[in-house]
Amino acid sequence: MTADSTPSSPPPSAPPSSPADPAAALSVTNLDVTYKVRGQDRLALRDVTFSIARGESYGLVGESGSGKSTVALALVRYLPSNGRVSGGKVSINGLDPLSMGRGALRDLRARTVSMVYQEPGRALNPSIRVGKQIAEVFGIAGQHKDQATASAEEMLRKVQISDPARVMRRYPHELSGGMAQRAVIAMALARSPSLLILDEPTTALDATVEAEVLDLVAALRQEFTTTVLFISHNLAVIAKMCDRVGVLYAGQLLEQGPARAVFENPRHPYTVGLLRCIPRRGQRKDSDRLDTIPGFLPTPGSSMTGCIFAPRCALVQDRCRTTDPPFFLVDATRTSRCFFHEQAPDLPRATPAAIPELAEHETDGADGSLVVMERLSKTFDGNVRALAGVDLVIERGETLGLVGESGSGKTTLARVLLGLTKPDAGSAVTLHGKPLSPDARRRPREVLRSLQIVFQNPDSALNRRKSVRALIGRPLAELAGLSGQALQDRLEELITSVRLEDRHLPLRPSQLSGGLKQRVAIARAFGPGPEVVVCDEPTSALDVSVQAAILNLLADLQQTERATYLFISHDLGLVRYLSDRIVVLYLGRVMEVGPAETVFAGPHHPYTEALFSAVPSLDGERPDRIKLTGEIPSAANPPSGCVFHTRCPRKLTTGECESTEPPLHEDEPGHQIRCHIPLAELRELQRSQSVPSQGGSQ
Amino acid sequence: MSGLLQPPTEPDGVLPAEPAGSLGMTTGYLGATAATAVAVASRYTPAAWRLLLRSATFYVGAGIVLFWIVCAIFGHLFAPYSPFTQQLLNTNAAPSSAHWFGTDGLGRDVLSRVITGSRDILIITPLATILGTILGTILGLAMGYFGGVFDLIAGRIVEAFLALPIVIIAFLFIVALGPSTVTLIVVVGLVFTPLIARTVRAAALVERQQDYVSASRLFGESPVRVMLGEILPNVMPAILVEFTVRLGYAIFAIATLSFLGFGIAAPTPDWGADISANYIGLLSGYWWQTLFPALAIASLVIAVILIADSIERVLAS
Repeated sequence: MTADSTPSSPPPSAPPSSPADPAAALSVTNLDVTYKVRGQDRLALRDVTFSIARGESYGLVGESGSGKSTVALALVRYLPSNGRVSGGKVSINGLDPLSMGRGALRDLRARTVSMVYQEPGRALNPSIRVGKQIAEVFGIAGQHKDQATASAEEMLRKVQISDPARVMRRYPHELSGGMAQRAVIAMALARSPSLLILDEPTTALDATVEAEVLDLVAALRQEFTTTVLFISHNLAVIAKMCDRVGVLYAGQLLEQGPARAVFENPRHPYTVGLLRCIPRRGQRKDSDRLDTIPGFLPTPGSSMTGCIFAPRCALVQDRCRTTDPPFFLVDATRTSRCFFHEQAPDLPRATPAAIPELAEHETDGADGSLVVMERLSKTFDGNVRALAGVDLVIERGETLGLVGESGSGKTTLARVLLGLTKPDAGSAVTLHGKPLSPDARRRPREVLRSLQIVFQNPDSALNRRKSVRALIGRPLAELAGLSGQALQDRLEELITSVRLEDRHLPLRPSQLSGGLKQRVAIARAFGPGPEVVVCDEPTSALDVSVQAAILNLLADLQQTERATYLFISHDLGLVRYLSDRIVVLYLGRVMEVGPAETVFAGPHHPYTEALFSAVPSLDGERPDRIKLTGEIPSAANPPSGCVFHTRCPRKLTTGECESTEPPLHEDEPGHQIRCHIPLAELRELQRSQSVPSQGGSQ
Repeated sequence: MSGLLQPPTEPDGVLPAEPAGSLGMTTGYLGATAATAVAVASRYTPAAWRLLLRSATFYVGAGIVLFWIVCAIFGHLFAPYSPFTQQLLNTNAAPSSAHWFGTDGLGRDVLSRVITGSRDILIITPLATILGTILGTILGLAMGYFGGVFDLIAGRIVEAFLALPIVIIAFLFIVALGPSTVTLIVVVGLVFTPLIARTVRAAALVERQQDYVSASRLFGESPVRVMLGEILPNVMPAILVEFTVRLGYAIFAIATLSFLGFGIAAPTPDWGADISANYIGLLSGYWWQTLFPALAIASLVIAVILIADSIERVLAS
């Protein structure tokens, strides 16, 4: 859309919450924001209109580059110096932050609007004690010093910090991520703001901590009747937290409505596509492939006529390319910016669901154990036990999913397997029954080429000074011993199979998008023809639509290349989609291991159960069964007995859990659980009742 | 693996129709975080050099350096007098139309000596700095990459060197080895080695944490190859900045050594030596004999620092 095109609002059917709504705590009308980049104005938000009623929770969801954070920054005029609001109106409680003077603006930021960002560590001043920082907010509000300190302590209690007096005396770096985010939320609420903006508040946190913080926000919202603008890339989190939702794409709102309705029955092709990118309802790689959204975000600031999503839309008609669609009223509460919103649910797939047919492979030597890890231990700095006696087998051709919170030892396990981290004496890793040297440098070439890895962050994994050709070609020359034409052929083959093109070969990583970078990393890992590929959170740095394409690629490559995967992820949905077997790690110990479907079906280890409960789901199929409190204990000082007993909601009263470490009990063949509670009893417990969450956290 | 990779079975539309090189694609929408992302994307690319060529400070610095290089090579052709010709009847003459910068105690034209006096400094300093940069880079890379005991021992030695004043160390070496152009280059180069090593080590330590270093180990690359082939290109910008900064210091160090009499032998014109030979004249009010060579040294040091500054700014922006 260009600025001089026909005004798209009021459209034939006006949005349900009309901009002038006096009851709205926040209303944004036709907001345009431009960034000046290298002397050129680029439109980052175009014609964004929404409003939030008092006490309502509104979610803005979008992929990176959609402009969600820009909305938050523009509302309180925190745009960077090269950004400006180039059109439209904002009204917060009837006040217009865009036109007010400095004093009034400061007052608005101090009293009316609070923001919580992704990184709690950055929101807190590292050199001031937490208590003083929070008390400061009350001080600004006019309270006396002692009174402000008391109020701060009270506020910390409200964010469920069990020992506020102690936390008050700490410096921010002495708090864990979850605790720090609570402190930030306490600061934000100290002003009793009428609008609370949460910008990806839990993205940096672990699943169980995220669940706690989300519950806290929900509870506080009830208590303070705050209006919330919740910004996230995570659709499930938005679904859980928000009454209404707006889907943002390339700076434009495409669909709006009640969260449940939008996610259950999306009416814009983009929302439909986005939801199909996420593995849901027990979808698995053997059943079908995920759908993807073809194409890319439009180049920022490119002036285009017609619908902004048209180039990627399967329902596109000539009309979409020439006319900017207005908001259509889907029903009384919902709008969609699509001419064909009625057909949207029947959007044709961009990717066939069918699994590619393959010629039957000659099975050489049947299945069986490819990698055997025994008594794997790793102690850092003399006392931090990252791994404590892990026994694990990776079967040929399978995907072994490795699950656990950060600090559980997932990455250490992978690094030990690869020979990048030396395990403690007594640990043994064998490949095809042959013992492996603990140091990659001492491993022969055949072993090196058999074990490869796709790292989490392609920016770190790809040398930024090298071209794609050099990046993929190097291991081919080093490990596969290819040169000349043979190397060239293999290179071509690889980039085709990861769906890169020749024109990408001379480019540097910085010239590629995140998804393309990860494809380069995958091609590089598969180059030498590995038997086991470790995938360490390969999609966690990527957007949902890109993630789906990468997961499909991994599933396809597993078939064509017959690779075995060790798939590490904190996202249970992904693990379920891709894994054949699952291992749950906690503080460097295997808590549960078994075939994927058995692990999901139960009985579960209480920790696994808590992980399942913690992850917000779009399907609503998992009720909140048990909740964990607190955070993973330090591996330098693990709890006695069962290491999970400090957080376990099902802990036995007999004291057994505190004193002795339980062995792995076998449920069905191959499904083992490390718990004192008899498995039959565990199954019964998990079927029937829900355990109330333990009291305050610490 | 023998199995042939299958061609794509999925009409994957993820690839863009336009070249993937556009910045917009790597950074998404130019939101709040985009400013840094753009910088990261453009760093180390030709775009960085174009940016450098737009910087006024770079032109000023480069202009001055170029001027002195021209003087060093062709100065004897356009200097008004020979720098060696003594006019014993016209000693200590104040600046005039005949001698713009006046004459020195032996009646030599100061302007001509300033013009031709840049030659040795412009040969010795770059060579010394290059030597120091190469040695420092090797040492720093090894310290950063291997870490552990090697880093500990080498680090202490480097720190011991850093604790001593540069000129004193150089002084000792020169006294021991006897002054010559080669000695000067080697001594100043060695003195700068620990300084540069420290910077390179810090940069290498950061790079070593990156996953691409782990990846290259999994491809069976030797430590030397990882250091030179993988890490070095990424610490090159830091080395470049360090090199230009050190070049400025080297000019100063060489001039100081000449002033102390450990540099170029008389009567060859040299700024530091000329200041040394004439500063006693300051007491008699012959300021021009000292001021102009001093200004020449200052201009060269400032010019090099201006260049260093603009390079650093371009790389960091």
